[in-house]
Amino acid sequence: MTAILDVQNLAVRFGPTLAVRNASFTVQKGETHCIVGESGCGKSVTALAIMNLLARNARRDAKSIAFAGQDILAYSDRQMEDVRGNRMAMIFQEPMTSLNPSYTIGSQMTEVLRRHHNTTRDLAEQRAIGLMQRVGITAPQMRLGQYPHQLSGGLRQRVMIAMALMCDPELLIADEPTTALDVTVQAQILRLLAELKQELGLGILLITHDLGIVARVADHVSVMYAGEVIETGRTADLFANPSHPYTRGLIDCVPVPGKIKPGEALGSIPGTVPVMKDGFSGCAFRFRCPQASEICTQAVPRHEVGPNHLVQCHLPSRQGGAQ
Amino acid sequence: MPRLKELGFVIGLVIVGVVFVAAVIGPWLTGHDAFAQNLNARLIPPFWMEGGSSQHWLGTDQLGRDYLTRLLYGARISLFIGILTVITSGIIGTTLGVLGGFYGGRIDDAVLFVITCRLSIPVVLVALAVVGLVGSSLTLVVTTLGLLLWDRFAVVARATTMQIRSLDYVNAAWCSGCSPLDIMRHEILPNISSHLMVVCTLEIALAILLEASLSFLGLGVPPPLPSWGLMIAEGKDYMFFSAWVIMIPGIALFTLVLGMNMVGDGLRRAFGTQVIK
Amino acid sequence: MTRFIFRRALLALSVVMTVMALAFVLTRLSGDLAISIAGPGSTQADVEVIRKAYGLDRPVLVQFFDWTRLALTGDFGNSFFFKDKVSNLIGQRMPVTFTLGFTGLAVALVISLPLGILAALNENTWIDRLVSLLVMVGQAMPSFWLGLILMIVFGLQLGWLPISGTGSWQHFVMPAIVLAFTAVPALTRLMRSGMIEALGSDYIRTARAKGLSRSSIIFKHALRNAAIPVVSIAAVQLGFMLGGSIVIETVFALHGVGYLAWESISKNDFPVVQAVVLVLASIYIGLTLVSDILNALLDPRLRGA
Repeated sequence: MTAILDVQNLAVRFGPTLAVRNASFTVQKGETHCIVGESGCGKSVTALAIMNLLARNARRDAKSIAFAGQDILAYSDRQMEDVRGNRMAMIFQEPMTSLNPSYTIGSQMTEVLRRHHNTTRDLAEQRAIGLMQRVGITAPQMRLGQYPHQLSGGLRQRVMIAMALMCDPELLIADEPTTALDVTVQAQILRLLAELKQELGLGILLITHDLGIVARVADHVSVMYAGEVIETGRTADLFANPSHPYTRGLIDCVPVPGKIKPGEALGSIPGTVPVMKDGFSGCAFRFRCPQASEICTQAVPRHEVGPNHLVQCHLPSRQGGAQ
Repeated sequence: MPRLKELGFVIGLVIVGVVFVAAVIGPWLTGHDAFAQNLNARLIPPFWMEGGSSQHWLGTDQLGRDYLTRLLYGARISLFIGILTVITSGIIGTTLGVLGGFYGGRIDDAVLFVITCRLSIPVVLVALAVVGLVGSSLTLVVTTLGLLLWDRFAVVARATTMQIRSLDYVNAAWCSGCSPLDIMRHEILPNISSHLMVVCTLEIALAILLEASLSFLGLGVPPPLPSWGLMIAEGKDYMFFSAWVIMIPGIALFTLVLGMNMVGDGLRRAFGTQVIK
Repeated sequence: MTRFIFRRALLALSVVMTVMALAFVLTRLSGDLAISIAGPGSTQADVEVIRKAYGLDRPVLVQFFDWTRLALTGDFGNSFFFKDKVSNLIGQRMPVTFTLGFTGLAVALVISLPLGILAALNENTWIDRLVSLLVMVGQAMPSFWLGLILMIVFGLQLGWLPISGTGSWQHFVMPAIVLAFTAVPALTRLMRSGMIEALGSDYIRTARAKGLSRSSIIFKHALRNAAIPVVSIAAVQLGFMLGGSIVIETVFALHGVGYLAWESISKNDFPVVQAVVLVLASIYIGLTLVSDILNALLDPRLRGA
């Protein structure tokens, strides 16, 4: 397996606020990598930072962001434009507003292919029709001439996916692609993404807050908290052996039929994600952590708790010390 | 950057304040009568120009009247017309807007229709026609402008009333048995008054500009009253030789309107009023 | 869509009818028209003759319906002063006012659209602040005064343009600039806020994620959406400008409808005054109708409705 995206020590700041700090993870070819966390933990900002689509007041820093072996951190705006939509595509949470209301579906889909590849309008339309068929849009020929407002939310998200695939990208970043959709449509879209990954050998970076989605589609998971990746590992390993108290807390919050009895309280994590400013040190979760202790104010080490399963917490070393 | 925007508001306030004070006490301080003619001392330029006189700081007009005194007197006229017009138009517009916004339905349709009709009338033309056909006087100018410039009051009052009429405190007033009139007076009006303030300042500026235009066309304030628009009109014949005759009242007019708009703009930002134009 | 246009047209028609009544009342404000037509120094007998000749002896309502009926066929009666049919007078002067209005609007758009876009692209920078300062200055500038200053500078000192009159295209340059100036502040503000809204929207993020170039994002994706309200407001602005051209036409002695109105007002020529008010108001009402329809046509979301 080869890595399509390798992010090392990514940090994003808005003025004095650190939205993302020290985030590292790797997405393999033909694999779905989920980034999961509460709202405000910096997962969407991470996605935008990789695409270099951050707002003007944001500053991005990293040791490296390697895309297909190339460090895109040093890319100029021009070079990045050539990568975006071409080799690296993105879909968003808001299918209702993410398409331009003034242009037809056909014009918006063909535009991206014609921007990156020298092709005729006819060929681009052919490809758009093919892809729309592939993502399960009926009557694609007719859709070409339609405007976004004539389509339902689910259809628009399918259009967004088809549009993202126009240039045959190597990496697809999906930022909460199903959050705004009905549950049934949600399942269809997730299945579609899984199929596309298989078929096209696509690397998918899926941003979500929903552990249910993670369990269903992810090959690999990174759990983010207050701008940091605090645990990362293969999905099965992480669910079998959640090693960070936060990960355990998150998993406890998910109702499992048969395991949780009626009337029994669901797990919850008290408090909210703190806002990170400069000069913060130690573990950001210690204010909400049931197992916090003195040592948590000090720099947190990384431990390998299994093959490819990393956790950023003092607990393993404390337990290690006890053994 | 809010600091810089507040700066605009402060500058505007200073301008308006200075003009106001100057208008009230200025004409008494210059030592000249705004109406006293002196045909031997016609068109004396301001003191910084060649041939200027220390007697008349801003020179004299074509009839030898002291320009500074007339300018200060003109400020009185401008502010007087601006304020009285807005009182008239404010009452008309606010009444219509609150009624439409409060009751909705048929009444609102009627109010909207009246606003639409008003907007389709060319203001300057109609004001000119009224003053021209009836005969020019200060009262008539104020009445005409007051009857014409209420549209923005109505639009803003209507929109803001709609926003708050279903809020909790209005419902509470209903439940405690207040009459519609009580609710409009005690619940609605105080809560839309900040937005109406914004419209007030902007409309005073507009009224001052319109009065100047009417007077400039000879159908506004009747001579020998020194309206700034009239001063520009009277100076027009001499402007190619002595540009200062039109520059001085023009700059005064421009500055006052600018100051008024700056105050209005500052208030608009502070209150978040949506002014449609 | 057809229903929408039909409903709007019906509303426009009833507004026109109301304005007709207003225009009629307006000219009755001065009291006895016969006396003012006859002028000072005329005998009672003269006044009576005039009263008969102009039909002013009939009941006011009869006069009104008579005038309305004829006005709807395009007949506004005869001018006292010009001794000609009012419709002819307006017909002769209208091209001048329209030329002025359209040129003014074109100049206003050429100035305000780039300014608004520039300010939006540089939101909260000194460029943005400079543009809003210009807007403030433009709003406070009395148009007749600006006209006089231009006359002094370009007419007298530089000698580039004729100072007043209607003879050639050069005569339209300064009036058009001054007229444009009255519309620039509103259009610039609208363009700026529309563009800022568009640039912050999700579809612009999508366009950037597609790797489109900056110019394509700004001029194709953002501008198209930001321009829709500006285009429809421009039609309304044209109506305002035609109505407001009276001041500018008078300053530059440009013989358009506005100048005609000014002359007629000072001559108490009421048939001309009421006709001009009605015609300009009707044009404005027509333009707002056009504006609504344009808006619906340009926005695909409204087109189908």
